[in-house]
Amino acid sequence: MRLSFDIALRFLKSGKGQTLLIILGISVGVAVQLFIGSLIQGLQINLINTTIGSSPQITISPTNTDKTITDWQRALYEAKISSPEIINVSAAADGPASIDYEKDIDPVLIRGFVLEDADQIYGFSEGLYEGSLPLKKDEVMIGRDLAVKSNTQINDKIILLPPSGGEIRAKVTGLFDLKISSINESWIVTNLETAQDILSLDDKVTGVEMQVKEVFSADVISKELAHTLSIKDVKVDNWKDQNQQLLSGLNGQSVSSYMIQVFVLVAVLLGISSVLAISVVQRSKQLGILKAMGIQDRDASLIFVFQGLMLGLLGAVLGISLGFGLLYSFTKFAVNPDGTPVVPIYINYSFIGLSGMFAILSAMVASLIPARISSKLNPIEVIKNG
Amino acid sequence: MANIIELKQITKVYGEKIKTQVLFDINLSFEPSSFNSIIGESGSGKSTLLNIIGTLDKPTTGEVYIDNERTDTLSKIDLAKLRNQTMGFIFQFHYLLPEFTAKENVLMPYKIYNYKVPKEIDEWADELLNLTGLTKVAHNLATDMSGGQQQRTAIARALINKPKIILADEPTGNLDSDTTENVYAILRDINEKYKTTFIIITHDQRIAEKTDRIIEVKDGRINLDLKK
Repeated sequence: MRLSFDIALRFLKSGKGQTLLIILGISVGVAVQLFIGSLIQGLQINLINTTIGSSPQITISPTNTDKTITDWQRALYEAKISSPEIINVSAAADGPASIDYEKDIDPVLIRGFVLEDADQIYGFSEGLYEGSLPLKKDEVMIGRDLAVKSNTQINDKIILLPPSGGEIRAKVTGLFDLKISSINESWIVTNLETAQDILSLDDKVTGVEMQVKEVFSADVISKELAHTLSIKDVKVDNWKDQNQQLLSGLNGQSVSSYMIQVFVLVAVLLGISSVLAISVVQRSKQLGILKAMGIQDRDASLIFVFQGLMLGLLGAVLGISLGFGLLYSFTKFAVNPDGTPVVPIYINYSFIGLSGMFAILSAMVASLIPARISSKLNPIEVIKNG
Repeated sequence: MANIIELKQITKVYGEKIKTQVLFDINLSFEPSSFNSIIGESGSGKSTLLNIIGTLDKPTTGEVYIDNERTDTLSKIDLAKLRNQTMGFIFQFHYLLPEFTAKENVLMPYKIYNYKVPKEIDEWADELLNLTGLTKVAHNLATDMSGGQQQRTAIARALINKPKIILADEPTGNLDSDTTENVYAILRDINEKYKTTFIIITHDQRIAEKTDRIIEVKDGRINLDLKK
């Protein structure tokens, strides 16, 4: 065994050019695989963050006739204990209303939250570009587009017309920009109490919203939650069921990324395999004499498995550093006008580790073919007549 | 004294569809510490005979006994071990591993079964290198030696495990006449010193005449068996 390792090492050292070439081949493969994998992952995380990262991923909504949840405190509690994966649970009192400003009357959506909780989901405080959160009764904040349209400033009073009739005046304490124009145009965000008052909900809410730690398991967690909930007349929805198209897009992207990665690895594998197979032929006479001298077939194969292992190991290490280099230069050179990278790269260590492991494993698998040739080598065939 | 090598009714047929018989009912035995040569024209079957003795090839029918152990029925693993412990091979070409030094090549057969080389084996390797006149080039890579030196390294390698038998197939075929003389002197020396049995294939009549027994193989049969 150790002799096989020694011989393998000497073989690699003596064919320096060849060895270097294979290592380079493996590392380019690993680097490309790592780069593409990380790029697609970054792209997906970015896409998910922008589409569903700042919105509830699971919602509990009422199915009764007046579309309200009375026992929402219980729903909140049960959502929190249902799964440790559930985070940022928040009650919401939503309903349509209209805003009356000088020029026009426009429909708006009143959204009342327990703001500290909802802030975790929607990121209001980050989107707030002027003023503060509307924490007191009859305080609201509005989006940038609505503020421009209605020419509203901080501390102005706006007139809201609830569907039940009447007129409510509310003080604007903040202006937000959540980067989505439909929200910026139509949302009136306020505290729960104010919304309940405007929408005549008494102490009821119209939904409970939450996020999960691992967005892609939202459907499973949502099922668990539905199972746990003891209150009647509610249903549990999750983003995956509501965004099938986005999901299939993401899936397609993942699959094509895996395909590229697999083919890169296959190319690497074939490369190592062919070079090592040539090396068996080159050294067939030496292997023949080793066999005549009594080396076991298994140890003769091990020489090539060890070569594969060492090549894989070195190739993986070099490839990972090369991949990092590629990613780094990508974030430095492929940038938006404001200097931020086009696609933010997420360094996923387990993916990199897996990538390296795969490279080493492929190198070993690749060495199995030459190892087999070496094992099958018959000493007389090689030694016959010089 | 019991024979070290015993061949009984050996035949060898090559090929599946078109059968070529190269050996016909060979019965042959060799005494321990004897110095033998096999001569014959090319294609006579002498190399096949040597390969069967050396367990590198299997007879189609017949029995082979090495040191009183039947070998034609042994498994590949056992054969490999037997070869390693009881036989040394010298071929026309040296087949040294070019990545290793002369001494490392000499130690190779020992290291196949024992990775750690104890002091006495290391000294034995030095002694063999001294015997074959290679002390000066012991740490040269196999490629940095002359043809004669390479072949002598191969001889030293064949001896490292103190085998009872040395099988040599045209061991001087690639060497000039002076070197040839020198190599044979070494082989003879070893034979006398360590009582190693030698079977040497050669086409060189002068060399054959220096051995204790000449066996001529012709058309797969033993044509002549001359003992001095």
